[in-house]
Amino acid sequence: MIQEQMTVIKNRLIALDTFEMVLTSETIPQRANSGQFIHVEIGEGNEHMLRRPISIADLDEEKGLITIIYKVMGEGTKWLSKREEFNVVNVLGPLGNGFDLDHHVGDNILIVGGGVGVPPLYHVTKRLSQHNNVTAVLGFQSKEFVFYEQQFSQYATTYIATDDGSYGHSGIVTDVINQFDEPFTTFYACGPNGMLKAVQNQLTHLEGYLSLEERMGCGIGACFACVCEYRSKKGYVKICQDGPVLKASEVLL
Amino acid sequence: MNLAVSLGGLELKNPIMPASGCFGFGKEFSQFYDLNTLGAIAIKAATGEARYGNTTPRVAETSSGMLNAIGLQNPGVDGIIEHELPFLENYETPIIANIAGSTLEEYVHVAEKMAKEQVIKALELNISCPNVKEGGVQFGTDPQLAYEVTSAVKSVSSKPVFVKLSPNVTNVIQIAEAVENAGADGLAMINTLTGMRLDLHSRQPVIANQTGGLSGPAIKPIAIRMIHEVRKQTNLPIIGMGGISSAEDVIEFLLAGADAVAVGTANFKDPFICQKLINELPNTLGNYQFNSIQEVRESRCHNPSISL
Ligand SMILES: Cc1cc2nc3c(=O)[nH]c(=O)nc-3n(C[C@H](O)[C@H](O)[C@H](O)COP(=O)(O)OP(=O)(O)OC[C@H]3O[C@@H](n4cnc5c(N)ncnc54)[C@H](O)[C@@H]3O)c2cc1C
Ligand SMILES: Cc1cc2nc3c(=O)[nH]c(=O)nc-3n(C[C@H](O)[C@H](O)[C@H](O)COP(=O)(O)O)c2cc1C
Ligand code: FES
Repeated sequence: MIQEQMTVIKNRLIALDTFEMVLTSETIPQRANSGQFIHVEIGEGNEHMLRRPISIADLDEEKGLITIIYKVMGEGTKWLSKREEFNVVNVLGPLGNGFDLDHHVGDNILIVGGGVGVPPLYHVTKRLSQHNNVTAVLGFQSKEFVFYEQQFSQYATTYIATDDGSYGHSGIVTDVINQFDEPFTTFYACGPNGMLKAVQNQLTHLEGYLSLEERMGCGIGACFACVCEYRSKKGYVKICQDGPVLKASEVLL
Repeated sequence: MNLAVSLGGLELKNPIMPASGCFGFGKEFSQFYDLNTLGAIAIKAATGEARYGNTTPRVAETSSGMLNAIGLQNPGVDGIIEHELPFLENYETPIIANIAGSTLEEYVHVAEKMAKEQVIKALELNISCPNVKEGGVQFGTDPQLAYEVTSAVKSVSSKPVFVKLSPNVTNVIQIAEAVENAGADGLAMINTLTGMRLDLHSRQPVIANQTGGLSGPAIKPIAIRMIHEVRKQTNLPIIGMGGISSAEDVIEFLLAGADAVAVGTANFKDPFICQKLINELPNTLGNYQFNSIQEVRESRCHNPSISL
């Protein structure tokens, strides 16, 4: 884990309130694992004392680039959305554990993403698709919020669901998953807690993994802000250090 | 420039240490820099048994600061001694154990065990955590209880005892006097101020515990005022803290009456901050025509004829 000054190469709107930012990075593309995140410093001076955790959506080792996708929620992400080409952002990373994917060969894998939980699953899908058959189910509030459908389609059979039915399947991701009769080997999911809970309840027969979100202080495991309850380990695990990717059967949401 | 300070029996090579709760047990930050460069390290609070803390969300950002309600999550004094202290034995930096509890007996139990550990060079008695109902804050707001817990802990500790004061009181001097009379070797101040933030969408508090402790640059003027007040009353060494994020801030705390300082929230924004402050301090002192830390202390503005 290191601190790096990264230069913004691109920062563009890709859906309502949703931006894709590409940053140069000397060390993260070589060292990062899919599912890890970066902790981004916000603003100048002392106005913002907390960094913002954002998942790594894509890595380009050759060019030394990382991509993040974020939705403007409050002051921090608004500030990020105003960064222009050649601006510099201070980043801590890569943080967290990421997904353990290397053991999959010839597997049938289900990817489930909701809203801004979709970004970390992009690199996961890309990697898994090299040796596996991947199905991606991505849920959004409505048509205006949908992003990366084409990008996912290159690597996975992709289904889009919108809560209001304005695009793709009408309803939530679990409605789509209900219609599948393929036997999946495992699943990887990231999204709002409500969605993760529904997925966890629906896919109890599979050993899958969830990527969780929680409000963070340090982002490196030192402050105990970001804990979640775990079945086998008495007490809590830290999402920033032991997660954000955790065994679905172990997490108490 | 020699930055060494001596602090109630503790010799520090410089006056800068990370504050309790913002630095874990050191391991994470050791990935960023050599912990031997620090003046001291105040580790996360220890209680008698393991505690799992409050429900999440436990932190929220505020203007130039943050609220936290971690709820004293920690592996318990035995867990810390067994799993966390061995790593710190690799360093020569003095380690300060932060002691918390719900009852006088718990404080004494934790303090007695910690004080026996060779790697622990001093205790910081946390009678000021605002985030748990039974978190000892009653000991920090009532001078009589503050006296009792300090003197009970002093009687079982061979190591210097610093008492960490709460700013959530109307008269901090009273508490400072009580713990001094009870034999405290020094003071640490300030802990966080109780605060709250509401979310307009949910119309609910942002933090699950409803209230949290406010820290960061937003509280610095309060910390400076309180240290200044207490310094007029006592010669005990003071570890000053509350919003420090620059070498100028460090000098301001020293001028107000602190002898060393602790840095908390700023570690989250910049994990290298303590090391940076140590490196910048000599030049910054020079910028203000100081040739030593002692000179700063000698030029404190404690004119007794000016009443504040
Ligand atoms: C491991 C991890 C990965 C994430 N990846 C992404 C991603 O790829 N894309 C994306 O759009 N968002 C992601 N998020 C959520 C993102 O961190 C928040 O949306 C963002 O911090 C909001 O900041 P803000 O200043 O705009 O909002 P504000 O509401 O003004 O933020 C105030 C404070 O609350 C915190 N906060 C608010 N919402 C969240 C949240 N959902 N999770 C954690 N902290 C929050 C902020 O960090 C900040 O400290 C991720 C969160 C985590 C924990
Ligand atoms: C996340 C967090 C956890 C803390 N935990 C403790 C603790 O366990 N014991 C303690 O005495 N103080 C604790 N504090 C208080 C700090 O040590 C410090 O007194 C306070 O934050 C003011 O300094 P700052 O503004 O530099 O952060 C905590 C503060 C924060 C932000
Ligand atoms: S954010 Fe500090 S421990 Fe996870």
